[in-house]
Amino acid sequence: MSTPFYVSPQQAMADRAEYARKGIARGRSLVVLQYTDGIVFVGENPSRALHKFSEIYDRIGFAAAGKYNEYENLRIGGVRYADLRGYTYDRDDVTARGLANVYAQTLGTIFSSAGEKPYEVELVVAEVGEAPDGDQIYRLPHDGSIVDEHGSVAVGGNAEQISSFLDQRHRDGMSLAEALKLAVQALSRDTNGSEREIPAERLEVAVLDRTRPQQRKFKRIVGRQLSRLLEADDAAVTKTDDPSDDIPEGDSEE
Amino acid sequence: MEANTRSTGRLPAAFLTPGSSSFMDFLSAHSPDLLPGNRKLPDGIVEAPHGTTIVATTFPGGVVLAGDRRATMGNMIAQRDIEKVFPADEYSAVGIAGTAGLAVEMVKLFQLELEHFEKVEGAQLSLEGKANRLSTMIRSNLGMAMQGLAVVPLFAGYDLDRERGRIFSYDVTGGRSEEHGYAATGSGSLFARGSMKKLYRDDLTEQQATTLVVQALYDAADDDSATGGPDVARRIYPIVTVITEDGFRRVSDTESSEIARSILERRLEQPDGPRAALL
Repeated sequence: MSTPFYVSPQQAMADRAEYARKGIARGRSLVVLQYTDGIVFVGENPSRALHKFSEIYDRIGFAAAGKYNEYENLRIGGVRYADLRGYTYDRDDVTARGLANVYAQTLGTIFSSAGEKPYEVELVVAEVGEAPDGDQIYRLPHDGSIVDEHGSVAVGGNAEQISSFLDQRHRDGMSLAEALKLAVQALSRDTNGSEREIPAERLEVAVLDRTRPQQRKFKRIVGRQLSRLLEADDAAVTKTDDPSDDIPEGDSEE
Repeated sequence: MEANTRSTGRLPAAFLTPGSSSFMDFLSAHSPDLLPGNRKLPDGIVEAPHGTTIVATTFPGGVVLAGDRRATMGNMIAQRDIEKVFPADEYSAVGIAGTAGLAVEMVKLFQLELEHFEKVEGAQLSLEGKANRLSTMIRSNLGMAMQGLAVVPLFAGYDLDRERGRIFSYDVTGGRSEEHGYAATGSGSLFARGSMKKLYRDDLTEQQATTLVVQALYDAADDDSATGGPDVARRIYPIVTVITEDGFRRVSDTESSEIARSILERRLEQPDGPRAALL
């Protein structure tokens, strides 16, 4: 019978963290930004059907980088949590903070239990408020810690570099087109500093738009609307201060 | 259940177990006590407020679903401004006749069932699928229906695949049938149906269709004491909803008061309302 090697707890945790980080780094990064009417999610995703972003509840959206089956499982868990909570109490009692907490607990337990392999995921839970001050963005790394973010956040392999790029350029009160362009700019930068082109059909974009009349604020931006937003020149952007995403700016150009 | 979602912190195993996209299936596995059908009732008759007449009609391009505002308990008016027509999701609506408390709960669960499926699957159920789901829910209420607590909804929606509005009616056992043109349910439905039969054409405009359903509700209220007519003094008017390709829309109070008032004005001269040609 072989005797197991002694591994110090520090080393064990560092190994697990390293394992999770490597898994996450294999996927592409994504960014979540505040803009004047809400929160926009932007990521590179060649798939039309397997989403990185999705709706959890009325004002709450979900974004994830890393291993698809793992974050999909967490996403559905979150939808169940939110729907059950809203059904038991009231729709207003479902909050991003509550959801972020259960995700943090779930990820944390998995990360520190020796029997399970750590999840290779990094999540963002965002809730759009009535006004920009009410917006909440939480980043949840693989180990179950929870970070309250403002303005902009990036997750995934290249997150640090993208984050610092965004921190320098993101400002409050950006229009949707401005925020979207900044996000795409940030995502197109490679680790070595060179830029590459991300065509619109490889982008997955969704918003939590507080101006939507419906109770459910989550909306995917696809097709013509997406390309119009990407093409909108700066003049068009400043012309329309309040770009309702149903009437995208640059409408007259077509 | 509360302990599971609130205090233990980690999502319970049931939440992370792959399963069906149905919220009801999840509830019945995880907290069956929250499902309306699983409740045991003592023997005897329970007195509870009842909602009455719901009417619907299709028109080229969509469907209109409307309901009166009265809830009764025996011979008493329990509530004058109850709402019995609700959006089920973006392209469908449900109107309920029967025991108000149970019906409202059923609608809440039905709305959640559709929303849950949509969020999990990333796609909407077909209109047929939605109608069948509602059928299952009514069937699960059969035990209570036997004790006098029946819920009989009317379901209407815009079928995006077939590009037209459709109406489904139900009986207490969950039996479902698609109605063509117009339909009504509840205690005043006999009169409402008679009224619609004479007024309905298959080329109505949206405006005419909304007027038609209010006419039908007026006729139902005229002959059925459990159905409420437009209450001008209290400014309580029927709830009228329209579902088209653009989705669900509830006709504003101003609009529905205008329709109701113009009907009332004509009825002052002609109490029985518009006449159909004899031949």
